[in-house]
Amino acid sequence: MPQVTLTVNGKTHTVEVEARTLLVELLREKLRLTGTHVGCDTSQCGACVVQMNGDSVKSCTTLALQAEGATVTTIEGLAKADGTLHPMQEAFREYHALQCGFCTPGMVMSAIDLVEKHPQGLNEAEIREGLEGNLCRCTGYHNIVKAIGAAQEVMHGRSATLAPAHAAE
Amino acid sequence: MNAPVVFEGIGASPKRKEDLRFLSGRGNYTDDINRPNQTYAVMLRSPHAHATIRGIDTAAAAAMPGVVAIYTGADMVVGSLPCGWLIHNKDGSPMNEPGHPPLAQGKVRHVGDIVAVVIAETRPQARDAAEAIVVDYDVLPAATSMAAALAPGAPLLHEGAPGNVCYDWHIGDLAVNQAAFAQAKHVVEFELVNNRLIPNAMEPRAAIGDYDRSTDQHTLFTTSQNPHVIRLLMGAFVLQIPEHKLRVVAPDVGGGFGSKIFHYAEEAIVTWAAARVNRPIKWTADRTESFMSDAHGRDHVTKARLALDDQGKFLGLHVSTTANMGAYLSTFATSVPTYLHATLLAGVYTTPTVYAEVKAVFTNTVPVDAYRGAGRPEATFLLERLVDVAAKQTGIDKLELRRRNFIPADAFPYQTPVALQYDSGDYQSTLAQALKTADWDGFEARRAAAAAKGKLRGIGISTYIEACGIAPSAVAGALGARAGLYEVGAIRVHPTGSVSVLTGTHSHGQGHETTLAQLVTDRFGIPLSQVDIVHGDTDKVPFGMGTYGSRSLAVGGSAMVKAMDKIVAKARRIAAHLMEASVDDVEFDKGTFRVAGTDKTKSWGEIALTAYVPHNYPIEEIEPGLDETAFYDPKNFTYPGGCHICEVEIDPDTGIPTVINFTAVDDVGRVINPMIVEGQVQGGIAQGIGQALLEACAYDASGQLLSGSFMDYCMPRAGDVGTLSVATHETLCTHNPLGVKGCGEVGAIGSPPAVINAVVDALRDYGVTHVEMPATPAKLWHIINSGRQLAAE
Repeated sequence: MPQVTLTVNGKTHTVEVEARTLLVELLREKLRLTGTHVGCDTSQCGACVVQMNGDSVKSCTTLALQAEGATVTTIEGLAKADGTLHPMQEAFREYHALQCGFCTPGMVMSAIDLVEKHPQGLNEAEIREGLEGNLCRCTGYHNIVKAIGAAQEVMHGRSATLAPAHAAE
Repeated sequence: MNAPVVFEGIGASPKRKEDLRFLSGRGNYTDDINRPNQTYAVMLRSPHAHATIRGIDTAAAAAMPGVVAIYTGADMVVGSLPCGWLIHNKDGSPMNEPGHPPLAQGKVRHVGDIVAVVIAETRPQARDAAEAIVVDYDVLPAATSMAAALAPGAPLLHEGAPGNVCYDWHIGDLAVNQAAFAQAKHVVEFELVNNRLIPNAMEPRAAIGDYDRSTDQHTLFTTSQNPHVIRLLMGAFVLQIPEHKLRVVAPDVGGGFGSKIFHYAEEAIVTWAAARVNRPIKWTADRTESFMSDAHGRDHVTKARLALDDQGKFLGLHVSTTANMGAYLSTFATSVPTYLHATLLAGVYTTPTVYAEVKAVFTNTVPVDAYRGAGRPEATFLLERLVDVAAKQTGIDKLELRRRNFIPADAFPYQTPVALQYDSGDYQSTLAQALKTADWDGFEARRAAAAAKGKLRGIGISTYIEACGIAPSAVAGALGARAGLYEVGAIRVHPTGSVSVLTGTHSHGQGHETTLAQLVTDRFGIPLSQVDIVHGDTDKVPFGMGTYGSRSLAVGGSAMVKAMDKIVAKARRIAAHLMEASVDDVEFDKGTFRVAGTDKTKSWGEIALTAYVPHNYPIEEIEPGLDETAFYDPKNFTYPGGCHICEVEIDPDTGIPTVINFTAVDDVGRVINPMIVEGQVQGGIAQGIGQALLEACAYDASGQLLSGSFMDYCMPRAGDVGTLSVATHETLCTHNPLGVKGCGEVGAIGSPPAVINAVVDALRDYGVTHVEMPATPAKLWHIINSGRQLAAE
């Protein structure tokens, strides 16, 4: 059986896989990193998004063997060792941008990539367009869009702290 | 323990307790669970909508690598998946109730019906083997649409359901209704479709069966909104396993929207098979399977007539609905078009007579059951479109027509002609607040500005009511429910004063771990961090009926209040003993017991500890411990209502409709956590916009599901839903201790007619009175293109 060696959340693994094994199967079933989810089989929903070599990828349509030598970050690898959340994670919590939590890991990973690739900042319409590849059935996206808008200010260093959400908004 | 510094009780919006695990990948969904020595199941599903099975050859598949077992209907002869609601025909006879075997017994009735299960060491091995099974089908003609199923000579799905009819039911007094129409100045007639939807919770369904032969104990982990209901249905009706030998666990569940209420075949199959192979078996649906096996929603065709007098007062409503049941009766399917739909047809109006008849039909499609709102969105869509059409026909302004017919705020309790008694509401106020927020009066200027840019702008309104907080058991029983619909709450105060709440409701996105904990914080005066909500495990929670019909707070929260009453009563007796006072003199507030009018106090923690270390204790009078359980059976349904206003802009060149503004003012009773209520309403509205503009489940005439993937079924994306303005206007429920009504479904109930009324308004110069959902760009473009002549005149 072929082997693949990759670094996930800072730790290097060598894993035996079938040629047809998907990256998400490797993460969930071999490494037991079950934070990355599978919500569809047509690469539409984005629940499986992880970062690979600095880009967001849908791990349900990436073969494990394609990750040979790659550096992968999953939702489990975002927070600091002391538990401090990534600004995007913190923003999702602050703005009530998650309900059932199933789309959340992929949504957060996509949002981070979206913000990182747009250092000039994104307006509401651009954020909505940037989320084209991620489905959420619970929130209606309203609070997700707000959370990303607030998180980008912190991620780009324009604000030291996250702007608080107001319940009445 | 001190009272919390930051107020976290009723009315506050603390951040959710559950978020940290979901945001850091530590959620525990069914597919995340792995049992020692686990195997994997793959379901072999019928590719045909209707066929008899002449034979199944599993020999080659059974010999493939890793295969543990293969079972077909010949092996699994068990009880039928039951229907929980018995409906009677107009003549009083019971509905036709054909069986629903978990594994097909000689015949398949929809694409996706399960023919065999393959159990193997790995999922890919199970999949490979399933492909090697040879099924000899004799394909039969299919009846996919209701019209086809009701046509003379239609293919018959079930021997026990002649004409493919499940029931032909009615409610209301037809003679009184006809008399009202005889007096009418105006009669408005209207026919419409409520489009079939596919719920698509983001987490696909999954189930793990496990069996312990040393104790003869079965365990099922499943993606369910109501684990106790699954235990009851599967244990008593399908597999004959008594409750004490069957544990059902519904861990973190990734959205439900109704689709995870029902007892599904796969749950019974993995539970049954796990005992046979004596190993755990995991099954997880891929999305393609979800599309062809999760219960679908809506799918009504309705003819309605509204009688009005010369002042526009509604005199009577007559409704004939045909409702699609799909190929088999799902758990609550039969109640949706009847008691959750027809009983809501008075709406927020004083219509004195309503008559409704509902014919339920079997078709060669996936079973149809409750989906967010369940029956109430169908009633609301019908009524609120009908009122707009009536306004146009009578020439009375659509707001004025509504106002003239509203049930007045001082008329509660209000008995409708279709069984329900509304307890409270104030429809003029929610309307006024929504009109102001949406700047209704400024709309014509915005329409003109849009027209100047070549865009067609329209505004639509919906004033709705729904019935939730399901349900008073005696009433539900009289209407055909085969279960009680109370809820259970147990409050377990630990020796150090922290609290575990065991609730029979289930959270799959609603945030119960926060909202329900706020009730405890508010009552006991302890911090939110000291309260845990335990749900989703029949071995931990005494009993419960689960979460659907916006019932968790109104029914489950009320059970908690009753249990907390018992805790406080006992704690006051303990405090009275310690402070050598009369019980009647002991007050309890914000975590402190005090002898009235004195400075003698005992803290919450001291009383809790004393209850478990009863050295100085009235042991002759009361038992040690501080742990109480309550069952709460609601006295009535709850009746949230409100007003939704939508503004759309249509590009006449492409037909693309864009939701520009959406305003909702909802009366959901007392709001416990405003942040969570807003989120629930926003999510519901997005689903309503999805139904109105995007989502359509489509079958072809042969019964193939055309909309069988996210590439074919249009789910709302972030770019399809604009900013949503959501507010509440409280009138309190009068019959539950919290005054709450429920917020989970209002968004999906109130919004579709607001959107379509806006679309029709935008096209008012193009000769249309109605646009069927979903109002897709293609549909709108054709209307605009063929109506250009009219618009030019």
